[in-house]
Amino acid sequence: MAEITPGQAYGFFTDTSVCIGCKACEVACKTWNELPGNEPVFGDGYDNTGSLDSQNWRHVKLIDNVPDATLDAGQGKAWLMMSDVCKHCTHASCMEVCPTGAIIRTEFDSVFIQPDVCNGCRNCIAACPYSVIEMDANTKVAQKCTLCYDRLQGGMEPACAKACPTQSIQFGPIIELREHAKQRIDVLHSQGVAAANLYGADDSVYGGLNAFFLLMDKPEKYGLPNAANAVLPSRNNVGGYLTTLVTAALGVLGGLIALRRRRTPSAESTEDGER
Amino acid sequence: MNLADAEHFVRAPDWTWYILFYFFLAGLSGAAYFIATLLRLYGNRDDEPAARLGFYVAFPTMLVCPILLTLDLGKPLRFWHMLVNTTPGEAAPIFKYWSPMSVGAWGLLAFSVFATVSFVEALVRDRVIRLRIADLAVRLLAGAFGKTWNVVGAVLGLFIAGYTGVLLAVSNQPVWSDTWALGGLFLASGLSGSVALLHWLVRFRSDARASASAFQLGERLFPLLEFALIVAFVLTLIPAGTLGRAFGFPWILLWLVAFAGLVPGLGGLLTARLSVTAGGALTVQSARAAAAMPGLVLIGVLALRAAVIFSAQ
Repeated sequence: MAEITPGQAYGFFTDTSVCIGCKACEVACKTWNELPGNEPVFGDGYDNTGSLDSQNWRHVKLIDNVPDATLDAGQGKAWLMMSDVCKHCTHASCMEVCPTGAIIRTEFDSVFIQPDVCNGCRNCIAACPYSVIEMDANTKVAQKCTLCYDRLQGGMEPACAKACPTQSIQFGPIIELREHAKQRIDVLHSQGVAAANLYGADDSVYGGLNAFFLLMDKPEKYGLPNAANAVLPSRNNVGGYLTTLVTAALGVLGGLIALRRRRTPSAESTEDGER
Repeated sequence: MNLADAEHFVRAPDWTWYILFYFFLAGLSGAAYFIATLLRLYGNRDDEPAARLGFYVAFPTMLVCPILLTLDLGKPLRFWHMLVNTTPGEAAPIFKYWSPMSVGAWGLLAFSVFATVSFVEALVRDRVIRLRIADLAVRLLAGAFGKTWNVVGAVLGLFIAGYTGVLLAVSNQPVWSDTWALGGLFLASGLSGSVALLHWLVRFRSDARASASAFQLGERLFPLLEFALIVAFVLTLIPAGTLGRAFGFPWILLWLVAFAGLVPGLGGLLTARLSVTAGGALTVQSARAAAAMPGLVLIGVLALRAAVIFSAQ
């Protein structure tokens, strides 16, 4: 790992085609960040973490995609495994709506929630399209992946990338990671894995994701909004305020009509005294 | 956005009871101030007591709002972080015009000044407060300055009543973010509730009864506006594929209550149109019977907000 330089954009390239679902990333993340974790969830699958939340800043999704009838070899799609994380979006919905300025962009271009500034309003939770952020029950502030901000400041790569045994999680300068991702997708396509696609490597999703992915199926399969649905909360500002404005104008009109159309004795007797 | 259903993978913010009652009271407070201003500036001399009644309603309902908002925070003692950025090295007032929560925090602060001053002014004019200095201060609000003060306060009141809907829409939550109608809907609903409340309160202030007929007509017109915005709300949810979520069981029960709250107003509009009935609307009936209609309207206002807030989460 080359020297980590403030002022340069860093992030993750998560290649799901080589993820084996070992969860070493989850363990490393919890260990470094001293996250106690939640009680394991035992559902009908192999995923006992549940979801990204205040205790799980990395979450290995194990998506059962096995077809009812065996049609082909699967090509890596029968079980989708993906180590999910905060995407550190270039145009971050959470950062956009945060009223306190607690969510900032760091010198490494990551999105960071300042725990001593956040007041727990939860607006960021309603905005994040990836269900990344959650209120911590103990600290009572919003929490999520910090891209190991403290480790980066110390010149170390994030704990999850360091622990990943298959290099599914790669950390580095975004420019280099995008180049690696392009090469990797070309290899997969040349091997006939046509469904492999890059998610967030270009600016089609939130201006580009600093934690982007190589997926083996459509984004929706992984619980990620496609490019058409990756929209910012502020898109509704104009329509929302405009409707309010028109309603206010109609409210004024309605009020004036009510004042003019009434017929009460006192109104008639004081007609001259109207203001 | 495609015509295909909107995709939502977002977590719910758990905005529940505090926020529900904040939205309810903010709607009543802002709308009450607006109606009071309308009565004072565009009514006749006999409407002044009813205008003061509006200012009396706007103040206490506004007073509870910041308390509810603060209690809802994870860190209530950091409520002031809504107004001041405490990021080390960047301490300064913070205002993000693109974040309705930020605009709303400043809007509520500004509105509280206007609501408080107008409340005190009403107390002085009603001779509840008898201080020479207060009389002098109220004289300042008698002329053009006073009118400007009320107009600015009314604009802020309309904002406070409506921005809560925009706040919900400016998110990525299902239902909320699939429509542009919520700001208008909450404002219209606040107007419906407020005019019903004021019409009922007129019973307790005899000199305000001259305005009862205006309130009666307002009780028919504002619900019509609210109904039109509910239709717009429904129409915007259809292409997003979230209509079933907003109106499915058990939320449909809340919607039925909300619609029941519209019945007195819309029924009156259908039967009597815009003519004043029963000698200016104040018929002789028991206190319980007189409270039933505004009670139903107010419960409907609350139910509408509850349906919108809870169905999306």
